[in-house]
Amino acid sequence: MRITRTVAGRSRRTAVMATTGLTAAALLMTGCSDSGSDSDEADANGNITLTVADFGQFGYKEAGLFAKYHELHPNITVKENVTAQETVYYPKFLQQLNTGSGLADVQGIEVGRVKELVDTKADAFADLSKVVDPAQWVNWKALQASTDDGKVIGAGTDIGPMSICYRRDLFEQAGLPSDRTEVAAKFAGGWEDYLALGEAYKAKAPKGTFFMDSASAMYNGVVSSDSEQYYSKDGKAIYKDSAGVKAGWELAAQAVDKKLTQGLAQFSPPWQAALRKGTMATVACPAWMAAQISTYAGDEFKGKWDIARTPGTTAANWGGSFLSVPAKGKHVKEAGELVKWLTAPEQQAAVFKAAGLFPSNKGAYELPDVKTAKLEYFNNAPIGEIYAEEAKVIPAAVLGPKDGVIKDSISTQINNMEQRGTKPDDAWKAATEAIDKVIG
Amino acid sequence: MATTTPTRGAHGSRPGRHAPKPMTARRQAWRSRLWRFDDKASPYAYIAPFFLVFGAFGLYPLVYTGWIALHRVEMTGLDQMEWVGWENFGNILQDSEFWTAVTNTFVIGVISTVPQLMIALGLAHLLNYKLRASTFWRTVILTPYATSVASAALVFALVFRADGGLLNWVLGFFGAGETNWANGHWSSNIAIAVIVIWRWTGYNTLIYLAAMQAVPSDLYEAASLDGASRWQQFRNVTIPSLRPTILFTIVISTIGSMQLFGEPLLLEGGQIGAQGGTEHQYETLSIYLYNYGWNLGHLGPAAAVAWAMLVLLLLIAAINWLIGRFVRKTAA
Repeated sequence: MRITRTVAGRSRRTAVMATTGLTAAALLMTGCSDSGSDSDEADANGNITLTVADFGQFGYKEAGLFAKYHELHPNITVKENVTAQETVYYPKFLQQLNTGSGLADVQGIEVGRVKELVDTKADAFADLSKVVDPAQWVNWKALQASTDDGKVIGAGTDIGPMSICYRRDLFEQAGLPSDRTEVAAKFAGGWEDYLALGEAYKAKAPKGTFFMDSASAMYNGVVSSDSEQYYSKDGKAIYKDSAGVKAGWELAAQAVDKKLTQGLAQFSPPWQAALRKGTMATVACPAWMAAQISTYAGDEFKGKWDIARTPGTTAANWGGSFLSVPAKGKHVKEAGELVKWLTAPEQQAAVFKAAGLFPSNKGAYELPDVKTAKLEYFNNAPIGEIYAEEAKVIPAAVLGPKDGVIKDSISTQINNMEQRGTKPDDAWKAATEAIDKVIG
Repeated sequence: MATTTPTRGAHGSRPGRHAPKPMTARRQAWRSRLWRFDDKASPYAYIAPFFLVFGAFGLYPLVYTGWIALHRVEMTGLDQMEWVGWENFGNILQDSEFWTAVTNTFVIGVISTVPQLMIALGLAHLLNYKLRASTFWRTVILTPYATSVASAALVFALVFRADGGLLNWVLGFFGAGETNWANGHWSSNIAIAVIVIWRWTGYNTLIYLAAMQAVPSDLYEAASLDGASRWQQFRNVTIPSLRPTILFTIVISTIGSMQLFGEPLLLEGGQIGAQGGTEHQYETLSIYLYNYGWNLGHLGPAAAVAWAMLVLLLLIAAINWLIGRFVRKTAA
């Protein structure tokens, strides 16, 4: 009797304790999520922490800007949370916007996504036109992040004016001019000339080298230098008939047909390896690409690379980002101030100096850090001058909500033409099927 | 229950204790009813937490996914749902990419499961012999299972790389040309199957080994007295005794290969991996779902894919059950 009673008593006690434990755990769990956001709040001395979420490379750390901001505003500490790949960053960002939780005070937006956010999520962002003057930026950059009624959801950080990076030594070996103005003169007429130069290169090319890394990069350059790309002004997807897309696709098919390309997907490990081996003579080169090339190609090729102006009379813009302030943040005002400071001319110039991201703020072009900037790795190419010239002739292109994914689908198929010998017609059909699925 | 019931009996009806104040019949009836209710209900209360958790994190998502599958929902606006009925299912069934994914999932499933289970059976048989340091070998054989999919896939991605990959380098010694493993349909499927086999063979080996050790040793003694060789013993004693275990591993491996995701995603990585290769040559159903939902942002069709996967699994389970019944019948 006694024994059973003790057992019963113990089991009841265990049950009670277990229940208490469960309740406590549940309370802890909810408590945790509360305290998680509590840490954002100012402490007794008014100290706050601003969080910045971005992807890839924004250059702020390299330029030491967050530390500097803390010096200027001792009560504000800035923490950066970087996601390496934008394709990983963006879906998570969308989820956070949907649920309204987990957002940082400042969030980066890639140019390929900005239109989608302007169209569908403008309410979720603070209007930056009240904090920052959009007229500071090159005009098309400001338009990209503005709604029809003038709300600005993102302040422009960098832009990607496109030039051609090329290997001086390989050009010399192939009997071509190696001086950057002479090289630029060879394709001053446009991307057709660039291909013609490629054929000249191929005729006497050093063994094992290719004229370009990938036809999709050239395609990107062609399309991005056109004002009409994937969408029309009234928001219709017109990529099937767009003159820019057609020209880009045909040129890419020609490059494949003439075997001018090594057929490497950009940024993939084989592409990085090819840079290290030094097998490609030219790379379509937005401002931020120079850093990639010097990183992967390494010291061996220092001074052997150079930069020439883009083919044709209009320049392409490839890439570039924005800083946005989610409206539900705890420190919307302070975050706005931070964005204003980060995108001001001096800071953009510092980022350019440290990480090679070209300013979107026109005010920065006159600053010495930009104006007289030379890139030692690229045979002292005057990049500040080159890119500022190009920024002036970039057309104001109509952006669409799915630009990024459309571009990726087409690039994938160009890659298939290069690597697997897919016929251009089949590749185009596969690309349109994939894109219709995206838009649909 | 066995412990509590007598306790309560002792409390309630000890004769004479409450004699001066006898309980009214009504009150007593109510009490006993309460106890009976307690007896009957508490077990349910004890197991309730699991079902509550399952309901919240298993059943609810399942049903809600089905609900989403009948709507047009975009990643950019989860709050805007537009009823489209079965349209999403129609769309994915008409999408050639879906059928590519079904084929790939099936092909990779077969070419990974079959060799994997056969190797596991053989290894288990070897480990079942008297070995020196047998615990060491058993631990070693389980190590691949302990590595994460990500690190395994990344290492194998280096092995299978077209340019300077380990495998091509080795094959080069034998004069074989370079193969772009990730590029071809069969080569990429084989590459993925190899990663799966590498990771899961040890796990299945241990399951088989455990089952083998439960086989009574007199069966083997009798067999060897009859002059059966090792191989004959394996075929006529071990395999029949392991039949239920084999069926179990087949079911588990089938579910596993249906959900194959990390290996193909990381074979090339990045945007290409997320599409299952530039021509979807190694796209599995999970990758297809992921691409639809997270790259393209169309959650409706993605949810439809999830349900299609469930239906396929149930179909395979049904076939499995039928085969199992058939095998049992013929065995009897």
